[in-house]
Amino acid sequence: MIAKALIILVFYLMGEGISLLIGRFIPGSVIGMLLLFGALSAKIVKPENVDTIAKALIANMVIFFLPPAVGIMNSLDVISRNIFGIVLASTLSTMLVIATVGLIQQKIGVRTFRKRKDR
Amino acid sequence: MDAFLQSHLLWLTLTLAVYAGASWIFSRLHLGLLHPLLVSTAVMIGLLKLTGVSYATYAESTDMISFMLGPAVVSLGYVLYEQIDHIRRNVTSILVSTFAGSVVGVVSVIAILRITGADSAVIASIAPKSVTTPIAIQLSEQSGGIASLTSMAVVICGIFGAIAAPYVFRIFRISSPVAKGLAFGSSAHGVGTAAAVKMGAVEGAISGLAIGVMGVMTALALPLVAVVMRYLEL
Repeated sequence: MIAKALIILVFYLMGEGISLLIGRFIPGSVIGMLLLFGALSAKIVKPENVDTIAKALIANMVIFFLPPAVGIMNSLDVISRNIFGIVLASTLSTMLVIATVGLIQQKIGVRTFRKRKDR
Repeated sequence: MDAFLQSHLLWLTLTLAVYAGASWIFSRLHLGLLHPLLVSTAVMIGLLKLTGVSYATYAESTDMISFMLGPAVVSLGYVLYEQIDHIRRNVTSILVSTFAGSVVGVVSVIAILRITGADSAVIASIAPKSVTTPIAIQLSEQSGGIASLTSMAVVICGIFGAIAAPYVFRIFRISSPVAKGLAFGSSAHGVGTAAAVKMGAVEGAISGLAIGVMGVMTALALPLVAVVMRYLEL
């Protein structure tokens, strides 16, 4: 378990390093994700070297958002002044993004992987 | 008493307890509005206000929870690898649909907020809303937005997208797992990905990929939309 955690942390650290070099334009964790993907594809890291810890982290991902979400309490006044616009724009626009991305991908993407029971 | 209220152990324990309780309720009732993140956030803010403990103390206490978000995002690289075949076959369509999504997202936010009469700082804060928090804040600050408004909008979109996506899929007959995953990740970042993972392995992996792609696409879409708007004198 320690070795698996170490691999994840090393990739995170490399991602953070690169993120710093490119002016924090993309977060280190996202770069770390791409690096880990690359290392697995190039067979530098074996899947069984990270599988259990990766699955456990992803399965519990939502709680990791909780502390930053509570941070909203520090800006309740700015938010309450703009709450109508924020909620309206966020919800409508989110539905538009879901429909746009989903429909275009479904239309032009490769369909062979469609699950049989889906229809 | 005060030392107890300020202790890291107390807030760490409460956070896990509240989240576990909220998840249990959610698993029983399956009511979208009771998304565990939404309920837990409200309860924790209530508890902090009630005890008069500052967010700074809370943030410090729960540092180890928020830290785990980084490793969790890195771990998505493993899920991505498991779905490498789907990605290889869909590179072009993934890039095209995500870019279209980012443009639609930015344009619709600007249109809706202009109609409701919000000022430009609010618009700049909410325009990058579909993107994961660290990227969104970066983009918001670059265009004169307010970081706290941005993180609020990002959280709202994450929760709302995770809840609304299955309904949107039904309305528009979106059934391909790759399309579903991409829509989850590009509209609702990590919170959407957590929901996508529950829907299936392909959905989860593609959603994780979409977080990163959407971040990059939105970074490109924002200045592009600004230039077009200036050209059209909007």
